[in-house]
Amino acid sequence: MTALTVDGLSKTFDMHVLGDTQVVGLDDVSFDVREGEFLAVVGASGSGKSSLLKCLYRTYDPTGGRVVYHRNALVDSSSDNSSDNSSVDLASCDDQTVIGLRNTAIGYTSQFLDEIPRVPAVDVVSRPLREQGVPAEEARQRARELLSRLRLPEELWEAYPATFSGGERQRVNLAQALAPKPDLLLLDEPTSALDPDTRQAAIDLLREYLDADTTVIGVFHNTAVIEAVADRVVMLEDGQLQGVVPVDDYDGEVVR
Amino acid sequence: MTLLSATGLQTVYGEGCSRCIESTGDRAGTNQCPHCGSVVACAEADLSVREGEVLGIVGESGSGKSSLAEQLALERDPDATTTGMVDYDGYDGNLLAVDYETRHDLRTSDIALVHQHIRDGLNPEFTGGGNVAEKLLSAGWRSYEDVRDRVQELFEATEIPVDRMDDPTSTYSGGMQRRVQIARALATDPELVVLDEPTTGLDVSVQARVLDMFRQVQREEGVACVVVSHDLGVVRLLADRTLVMRHGRIVESGLTDRVMEDPHHEYTQTLINSVI
Repeated sequence: MTALTVDGLSKTFDMHVLGDTQVVGLDDVSFDVREGEFLAVVGASGSGKSSLLKCLYRTYDPTGGRVVYHRNALVDSSSDNSSDNSSVDLASCDDQTVIGLRNTAIGYTSQFLDEIPRVPAVDVVSRPLREQGVPAEEARQRARELLSRLRLPEELWEAYPATFSGGERQRVNLAQALAPKPDLLLLDEPTSALDPDTRQAAIDLLREYLDADTTVIGVFHNTAVIEAVADRVVMLEDGQLQGVVPVDDYDGEVVR
Repeated sequence: MTLLSATGLQTVYGEGCSRCIESTGDRAGTNQCPHCGSVVACAEADLSVREGEVLGIVGESGSGKSSLAEQLALERDPDATTTGMVDYDGYDGNLLAVDYETRHDLRTSDIALVHQHIRDGLNPEFTGGGNVAEKLLSAGWRSYEDVRDRVQELFEATEIPVDRMDDPTSTYSGGMQRRVQIARALATDPELVVLDEPTTGLDVSVQARVLDMFRQVQREEGVACVVVSHDLGVVRLLADRTLVMRHGRIVESGLTDRVMEDPHHEYTQTLINSVI
């Protein structure tokens, strides 16, 4: 079953501060994602990998194309939307719909932890659960389990992530994205700063999520991670799609 | 479900003339009418707030953001002329045209304002608990025990030491006073809270904790909120969607992260690039 259809997705930035220069982020990108599939997005710096994820999450407003999210392929946990159509175009639906989907179905994590000042790591991770209505102590318990799985030292659980190392922050960040168990998970380099053992722990966790039918689209630089978790590889160059290949055909280079 | 929506909201200080609107705003580059000298604090403002949603309003001083928020919170300035339509789920009619009694009732039970300046919202001579209790009493609460229990519950929710409940508010720290304001605003389980510059007068170290507390309580209670701030960080922390105002007009609106990371309007791009 198709979870997501990306069709002619384009993003152009109008930079008024640069004398109305236009910068192309994505140019006519099309591909499908199956339910439970893990897609790795690869390409050089500036090729549009992060722009692609941000367009799917609507942190960027796409300027062209469609992103059809097939709700029938996924468990719709929001009860009051039963009258809605079974699919929704993420590129053009209204902001309220996006907020609803973010709260129930679509998760995103960037390379940079968006920490809240003076909130302990365990609460950063439990927050999305609490916003879904999970009681405080249960949410914190699940947060501790995730932080433990991702090998964050226990003495840091109650500390503020602002003072953490890059790798420690990244573990908090990944745990926060995984905690609410979204149907569609968008990951932007979630393992770049992790040591090999922790990276393996992250891969194991992600695999569990795949077994639970979570669909993942992730940007990874590490070829070993891609080979361990990805089903197919989306290759980007200068904002254009170079191809989508099974991971077995991917040789670690962006092929032309 | 839409809780509150405004269309064509406009507030003018001064006589006003037929050319005020065309002569002010983003394109004109001013909020003062060159023909009659009136100040168009806000105009042509359309917005909506859903149940439980947080809407941010950002802009620099004089952009009209507080004027807009005050109208939504049923504040009335005798020097201003306000027109437009504000629909509210719990009231049949235009909120801008309510009589004194209805306005009092709505402000007591439905829509609460947390003033930018603590002195506008609290009586410093009263105890902290008394400031919160006053709101309950004006809403018709009569049992001493019930009021006391509710105040204690609110102190706990807003993280104010309960053993300070009977001390004069003037002896509280700035952060605690702000929490008392928030406790007071939430006392009667309103549907909408308007926060005007919630970090004013607070140390940076206290700001974050107060905002986080508010966000936690806001989510748990499911209360909708309009938060006004010149500080993009405040809005980024709290708001689901954000409006950007300049010269009395809404120049851009969208998901908060979209406005911050993919600003469309020239002014928003400048604003985002000015954050230190």
